[in-house]
Amino acid sequence: MKVCFTAKGATPDSPSEERFGRAPYFIILESETGSFEAIQNPYADGAGGVGPKAAQILIAHDVKALISGQVGGNAREVLAAAGIAMYTYRAGGSVKDASDQFTKNTLVRSE
Amino acid sequence: MIRLAVISGKGGTGKTMITAALAQLLPGSLVLADCDVDAANLELLLSPKLIRTEPFMGMKTAVIDPALCTQCGECMEHCRFGAIERDGDAYRVSLLRCEGCAVCTHVCPAAAVTMQPRQTGEIKYSDTERGHLVHARLVPGAGNSGLLVHAVKKTAIEQDRNSDLFLIDGPPGTGCPLISTISGVDMALIVTEPSVSGLHDLKRVVAVCRQFRPRILVAINRFDLEQSLTETIQIWCKEEKIPMIGKIPFDPVVIESVRKGVPVTRAGASPAAQAIQILAANLENELMHYGNRRG
Amino acid sequence: MRLAVASGKGGTGKSMVAANLAFTLSQAEQVTLIDCDVEEPDLHLFFPAPSTTTEVTVPVPVVDETACQHCGLCEEFCQYGAMTVLSSRVLFFPELCHSCGGCTLVCPNGAIHEDPKRIGTTTISTPLPNLKLISGMLDTGNPLAVPIIRTAKKLAASDPLVICDTAPGTSCPVVETLDGCDACILVTESTPFGMHDLQLAVDVAARLGVPAGIVINRSDGKDQATLEFCTDHDIEMMMTIPFDREIAAIQSRGDLLCRARPEWQKAFAALFVKCSTLAGMDR
Repeated sequence: MKVCFTAKGATPDSPSEERFGRAPYFIILESETGSFEAIQNPYADGAGGVGPKAAQILIAHDVKALISGQVGGNAREVLAAAGIAMYTYRAGGSVKDASDQFTKNTLVRSE
Repeated sequence: MIRLAVISGKGGTGKTMITAALAQLLPGSLVLADCDVDAANLELLLSPKLIRTEPFMGMKTAVIDPALCTQCGECMEHCRFGAIERDGDAYRVSLLRCEGCAVCTHVCPAAAVTMQPRQTGEIKYSDTERGHLVHARLVPGAGNSGLLVHAVKKTAIEQDRNSDLFLIDGPPGTGCPLISTISGVDMALIVTEPSVSGLHDLKRVVAVCRQFRPRILVAINRFDLEQSLTETIQIWCKEEKIPMIGKIPFDPVVIESVRKGVPVTRAGASPAAQAIQILAANLENELMHYGNRRG
Repeated sequence: MRLAVASGKGGTGKSMVAANLAFTLSQAEQVTLIDCDVEEPDLHLFFPAPSTTTEVTVPVPVVDETACQHCGLCEEFCQYGAMTVLSSRVLFFPELCHSCGGCTLVCPNGAIHEDPKRIGTTTISTPLPNLKLISGMLDTGNPLAVPIIRTAKKLAASDPLVICDTAPGTSCPVVETLDGCDACILVTESTPFGMHDLQLAVDVAARLGVPAGIVINRSDGKDQATLEFCTDHDIEMMMTIPFDREIAAIQSRGDLLCRARPEWQKAFAALFVKCSTLAGMDR
C-alpha cells in the first residue's frame, strides 16, 4: 500500500513538513517493499487553490493514506472524496520517524 | 518561526506605527513584511537599505492581436468583467479590469486573443536594523493584490526561514489581501480604535480570522479619545475571550516620530511609547507560551 | 453628477467627508450616498434608519454528474483552481471561483450550468427626506468585493447626485468605485504616510481619467509638504479640516460634524462647489 508523507526534503531522513498543499516534497512509501519515491511539489509556491491540485498528485500516484500536519479544508474534501485516509503527525521529526509511528499505529486519524 | 500579523479591519488605526515599534522591542531574530501592498508604509519608519528588487507578475491578462481580430465582438459579449472595450473598429482589453479568466481566448473564433504575463508590481528585499524587510509596490489600479501579498510572504519565509519571528504589517479590510495575509499565520494582533466604525470593523475582521487558525489578540490605539467606546470594546473582547494586550493613548509624539521617519519608541519617552512597551511585553509573553505549546 | 471620496491611506476621514457632504447637500436637494467600502462599510452607523436588504449573488457552476464524463477540461481551463475532477466526481470550491462562466463554456457535454450564490448584500435606506443611503456589504470570508460595488452603483444609476465612499487602497475595489465618476475628492493627512499614499491615489485617479482635488483632514498646521505636492501636480487643495479633539469625539461616537455643529455646513457646501467645477459641471 502506498503511503504519502509531506517533507522538506527528498529522502526519508528529511525533516517532515507540517503543511500539505505547499509541502516542498511528497515522499511516497510502499509499505510492502519499503521502497520510496520522492515527488517535488510543483504547487509549493502557489498562491491559491493549491490543496486540491496537490491532492490530485496523490490520486495520480494511487496513494491510500496521507500523513501530514496541516491539511486545508479544500484539500481535505478532495482526499476524502478519493478515499485517501488522513493521519496527523506534528512531532517535527523526520519522515522516517513519522513512518515508524504510522506502522506502530500511534498516529491519530483525522476526519 | 512564529508568524504574527498586525491587522485592523478599519484603516488608519495605527497598525504600521505599532508594527515598527514592535520590531524594535520584540526579542529574537526577525524578518519583516509589509503586506499592505496597495499603500506600503512600513519602510517609511525603518530606514531600509534596498538589497534587490524583483518584478512581480500577476495573473496573465488577455491581449487581442488586431491583425487577427475580425471584430465579431464575441469576446466583449462573453467577458463578465467589462474588460473588453471597443475603440472605433478595434477591440481592446482594459488592463485595469481584466481578471485573467481566459474566457475570451476560448470564444474567439479567430484565435486572436492570447493570455500574456504582465508585470503588476515589484517586490523589494531590504535590510533594516532589526532584520530583512520584504515590501512591495503594486501598480496602482492593478488587481491581484492578494497574489502579491502571497508573494511577499513567500519571499520572507524562504529567504529568512531561520528567523524566530515573522512580523507582518497587514492591510486594512476583510477581502482578498487581508485573507491572503492571515492565511497560515500563527497569531493575529488586531489594532482597533474607540469609534463606532472601529468596533464594527473589529467584529468583522475577527469573524474572518476565525475562519483560519490564528491566536487572536487585540490592542486599542488612541483609547483615551472616547473612553465609553474603549469600555464597550473591552467588554466585547472579554465576552469573545479575546485577550486585550495593549491600550495606547493618543499622543502627538506619534505623528512627530512618523514625520521623523522613526518608530515612536525611538523618539524619546512618551505616553504612547510606554504603552507600546507594555504591549510588547505582553506580546513577548504570548509568543513564549505559543512556542512552548508547539515545541 | 457622480463624486467619489477616496484616499489611498486608510483612516484619513473619507467616510467623514462623504457623510458630511451628503448630509449638507441633502438639506437642499436629492442626494444618494453609496458606501462602496464593502469590506468594512460604516456609513450606516452615522445614518441609522430602517432599511431593506437585498442579497447580492454571483453565478457559480453546478455539475450534473450524470452528464459529466470526468474529462477534466473544466479543471484544466479554470485559471483559479476552483474545479477538481476525480474519476467519479467533480468537486467545486466556491471561494476560488471568479464567476467567469468559463467552465460552462468549455464543457463538451453540457454538464455544467450556473446557479446564483450569495456573496453579500446591498442595503437601502432613507435616513433623511432627501438622502438615500446604499450600503454594500461583503459576507465575511468572501474575497471578492467588486461585484457588490458594481451592484451598489447600479442601484444609483439614474440618481442625479451620487457620492461614493471608497475603500482604502488603490486596487480593484477602488478602481471599480472610481470608474465612471466625474470627480474625486482625495482625503489626506499631512504625515509621511498620508503623502506617500496620496501619490498612489492620484495616480489611480489619473489612470481612470477622473479629475481629483484634495482635502486635508486632521491638519496640525504643518501642511507644507502636501501643499507643495498639490502645486507640483497641479491639483487643487479644496479644503482643510483642522485636528480637533472635539471633531474626533463627534465622529467617534457616530455623530456628524455638520449635524452637531451646523456652522460647518457652509464649508462642506463650498467644497461641493469646488467639486462641481472640478467635474466641469459648474452649478
